[in-house]
Amino acid sequence: MISEKKLNSKQRKGEVKPLNSNEAVAEAVKDADVDVVAAYPITPQTIVVETLAELIGNGELNAEMIHVESEHSALSAVIGASAVGARVFTATASQGLALMHEVLHITSGLRLPVVMSVAMRALSAPISIFNDQSDIMNQRNTGWITIIASSAQEAYDSILQAYKIAENPKVLLPVMVSYDGYVLSHTIERVETVGKSVVEEYIPKKVTWNTLDVKDPITMGTITSPEYYYEFKYAQERALEESLSVIKSADEEFERLYGRSYGIIEGYKIEDAEVALLATSSYYTNLKVATDLARKEGLKVGTIKLRVFRPFPREELYSMIKDLQVLGVIDRAIAFGQKPSGPIANDIASALQYKKDKPIIQSIIAGIGQRRMLIEDFVKLYRMLVKNMNEKKFYEESIFYGVKGIEF
Amino acid sequence: MKLEKWSDFPLGGNIKDPGNSIENDMSGWRSERPIIDLEKCVRCRICWTYCPEGAILELDKEYKTSSGRVYKVTYAVDYQHCKGCGICANECPVKAIQMVPEEVSIK
Repeated sequence: MISEKKLNSKQRKGEVKPLNSNEAVAEAVKDADVDVVAAYPITPQTIVVETLAELIGNGELNAEMIHVESEHSALSAVIGASAVGARVFTATASQGLALMHEVLHITSGLRLPVVMSVAMRALSAPISIFNDQSDIMNQRNTGWITIIASSAQEAYDSILQAYKIAENPKVLLPVMVSYDGYVLSHTIERVETVGKSVVEEYIPKKVTWNTLDVKDPITMGTITSPEYYYEFKYAQERALEESLSVIKSADEEFERLYGRSYGIIEGYKIEDAEVALLATSSYYTNLKVATDLARKEGLKVGTIKLRVFRPFPREELYSMIKDLQVLGVIDRAIAFGQKPSGPIANDIASALQYKKDKPIIQSIIAGIGQRRMLIEDFVKLYRMLVKNMNEKKFYEESIFYGVKGIEF
Repeated sequence: MKLEKWSDFPLGGNIKDPGNSIENDMSGWRSERPIIDLEKCVRCRICWTYCPEGAILELDKEYKTSSGRVYKVTYAVDYQHCKGCGICANECPVKAIQMVPEEVSIK
């Protein structure tokens, strides 16, 4: 939210609109004056494609909409467009993201600033069209910068920030902006848009990457021998690691211009907390309410939202959690065959490996296939973690919260 | 250009000077190299036709065999681009091309 002192003349250019996260993303794509959109509709992302088709159809967005036969082709098409210097966009979810898998590697390997939105959804089988985060968690090693937004407003702002980050010459990597399917993708919220002026002041159009040009020809998508391939992958890893500072400065500049910022991770009542729950996307707002309720019971708890998942913000996270006793990490995806079974819990555990003062990490799996998690459930988790802390009882395995037939 | 450090490599593996494959050295791929016996060769050009790499060279050079026959052209191998697939030796109708293990031929 905009605080009074941050308001200046520029920030008042915006317009307030009732949008769900899908529409907010499409609105941001319009404001970013994207040149080429290629996307294949898939539940719960469909509204993005529909809205963009409408915006292009009625002339509000002067872009080329490429109709493709699959998500694999959608990403391939935007790679081609990006390779000639176009600002591009695609959107997907679930099986569509899985189908893009090999092209995700190609995008980051070619160092093209592609921006994509993902309305997070469970994976088959059995078929579930509902929300969890299995889709993006399976793509965490593809070299994409991954931002997880927690509201329609954040989705809108993050898409604009994504172009700022991706097109930075120090980065030149694709960015994925994800948000919870249905819970956010289909829920209408108040969104402050900044309009097309954003292109002039925040993300001016400038081709910062190598492009295919008949006047100055280059070859893209080359083959490498064992002598050279490794070096390209190392360069990619370095760029991803160093992108964290660019992500931070993109967020800071956004705040300067439009009065909103999200940081890399966010904490709520974390300063004096002994126990905290870390979650992503839409869970965070309910967790804040649960934190207040648990505090009323006298529990010293807090909550953390992880916003940037790749590159993983190790140091930022550590400085926030180092004084905690217990950190419960809520994952909405399963890292099959691993203990703990939560991918984020795994990342945090390995990030803390060499740190001296660190909390106990308790992995919690919840909300698989959009299994309902109420505020009361989060309060129960707080009570359980505080009780475990007092009894020094911790589980190496994940707590599969809410599975029928398992009691905790 | 000598490539040494990871940071010397172009972003995304792009090649800024297209057409540079003429300079690429493919000899590292080869385990056997073709050797043309110019005495046996009847200049039928079949090896030149079949070579998938264009590594058989037709030189504008006269050659006189020991029996006194004069050919207007001479065939040779571009060893920088030959990958040693052996198709030329296999196709040669007069068995004038022999595949010799690389380490033997170097000596």
